[in-house]
Amino acid sequence: MALNSSSAADVVPTSPAFRLKGGLFPLTLLEIRRYSQPEFEQDLLSKVAEAPAFFQQTPVILSFEMAVAEAEQVPLAELVELCRSNGLRPVALRGGSKELKKQAETLQLALMPEGRVKVDAAVSPEGTAEPVAAKAAATDAAAGIDAAAGSGADRPADSAENGAGGGNKIITTPIRSGQQVYAAGGDLIVLAAVSTGAEVLADGNIHIYGALRGRALAGVRGDTSARIFCQSLEAELISIAGDFKLHEDFRGQWWKKPVQVSLTDDILAIEALSK
Amino acid sequence: MAKIIVVTSGKGGVGKTTTSAAISSGLALRGHKTVVIDFDIGLRNLDIIMNCERRVVYDFVNVINKEARLNQALIKDKRADNLYILPASQTRDKDALSKEGVEQVLEELAKDGFEYIICDSPAGIEHGAFMALYFADMAIVVANPEVSSVRDSDRILGILQSKSRRAEQGERVEEYLLITRYSPERVAKGEMLGVGDVEEILATKLLGVIPESESVLKASNQGIPVIHDQESNAGKAYSDAVSRLLGDNVEHRFVTIQNKGLLQRLFGRSA
Ligand SMILES: Nc1ncnc2c1ncn2[C@@H]1O[C@H](COP(=O)(O)OP(=O)(O)O)[C@@H](O)[C@H]1O
Ligand SMILES: [Mg+2]
Repeated sequence: MALNSSSAADVVPTSPAFRLKGGLFPLTLLEIRRYSQPEFEQDLLSKVAEAPAFFQQTPVILSFEMAVAEAEQVPLAELVELCRSNGLRPVALRGGSKELKKQAETLQLALMPEGRVKVDAAVSPEGTAEPVAAKAAATDAAAGIDAAAGSGADRPADSAENGAGGGNKIITTPIRSGQQVYAAGGDLIVLAAVSTGAEVLADGNIHIYGALRGRALAGVRGDTSARIFCQSLEAELISIAGDFKLHEDFRGQWWKKPVQVSLTDDILAIEALSK
Repeated sequence: MAKIIVVTSGKGGVGKTTTSAAISSGLALRGHKTVVIDFDIGLRNLDIIMNCERRVVYDFVNVINKEARLNQALIKDKRADNLYILPASQTRDKDALSKEGVEQVLEELAKDGFEYIICDSPAGIEHGAFMALYFADMAIVVANPEVSSVRDSDRILGILQSKSRRAEQGERVEEYLLITRYSPERVAKGEMLGVGDVEEILATKLLGVIPESESVLKASNQGIPVIHDQESNAGKAYSDAVSRLLGDNVEHRFVTIQNKGLLQRLFGRSA
């Protein structure tokens, strides 16, 4: 709780007003390969359409480590503004020329140390740190975007969310068809059913204390140790770190059973929760 | 305080207008000053079911556009004393409804002392349906016992709890499920979902189960809301629903096959 200033003045401080704590938060790298304003904006828009849950004031690091030389000439302010207007919050710069770093400082972006291995941009367009969820979510565009889906407002009203840096998210009401709920940087806990046509995503684990009838994607930023737990498996799709199984793959043995799903030796494994 | 109730479903042809007419008549018959608004701009059939189509001079859109005053557009029902109808326009399209315009009309109705404002929603999840549900305090979600209708109702419930004014204010819209066109015989044959299945999928309080009944068609052809026909099962079921809406605890009728034999009753459903 925040104290207002008048009452704070009456309090004799016994400890410092704050303390510094180390925190480990997953941050997405936006790896720029080349830059021209219209192309960049177009690509950004199509990413937003694919995975709207990702573009809700998500902090990102602008990385120029993979950029071709000309890209280092970008007007950084313009690029930052494009990101902002599409739901991204650039917080830092990684890599790039001296000139870019100077621009970043004027824009009050932090400067991040460069990664250890500098990969040649020309050889590796794939295998970047692009969030896995963007790929997974794109597998079914139809389930996603309509009046109910996509925007920040589609979350069930009483979702409880941790503060800065995302974290665990607890939802106490059913997640309905057309809705999408994403727990950035933590686990998603749902105390009700997830309907057919709904989609739940988490960077961490997903726990559903009801029937899972829609799509559940855990570890969407690549955490292969993430798991999915549910009271009744009736899902359309389950995925961990991009590995997925469809409805027809578990229609038999596990159907309507309480199960957990994990990624074991690169294979999506389903097992009973209670014996 | 006026209570704003939207009758909605996502899917068309499931019985929203039939339900709006019945519930609003039922509330009025029990002494509550009630108005029913047709949000189905361009189609307009609430006034036909309520048998007042020939008395429409001004409509909802005229009031929003300030071409007419509210009391010029309200039509007094001939059967229930406390009931008024605000008809839809037949000539405009649904974009004629603006949030501000709808809000003004609702506020004026509340000021005029209406206790219940029933909003008959058009089908779909677009502008018209959104306008009908946006200001709701309570929603009656109408579903037929079949998969696609239940899915659409689920979607509407999601929109209600995330996009309505109440949701924006961090509150919930009170939600009720009304299953219509229910046929226990067809459920037994596996041709329809049972009440239990629908309830389980939608996880919403059951306001009532209205049986499939010929009296509904007859009633709408005659322009008499079916709730006035207390001989019919549909009329009785709507009456029960109104009681529940008003807080009474009434057991659900017409959910099992009516005239089945003793043996069938003993062995029909053991689970
Ligand atoms: N319980 C019922 N039994 C039989 N027919 C019904 C029942 N409820 C509605 N109907 C019929 O279904 C059709 C659609 O009803 P309506 O109320 O206009 O639906 P909506 O407003 O959802 O489009 C109408 O022909 C109506 O008479
Ligand atoms: Mg209708």
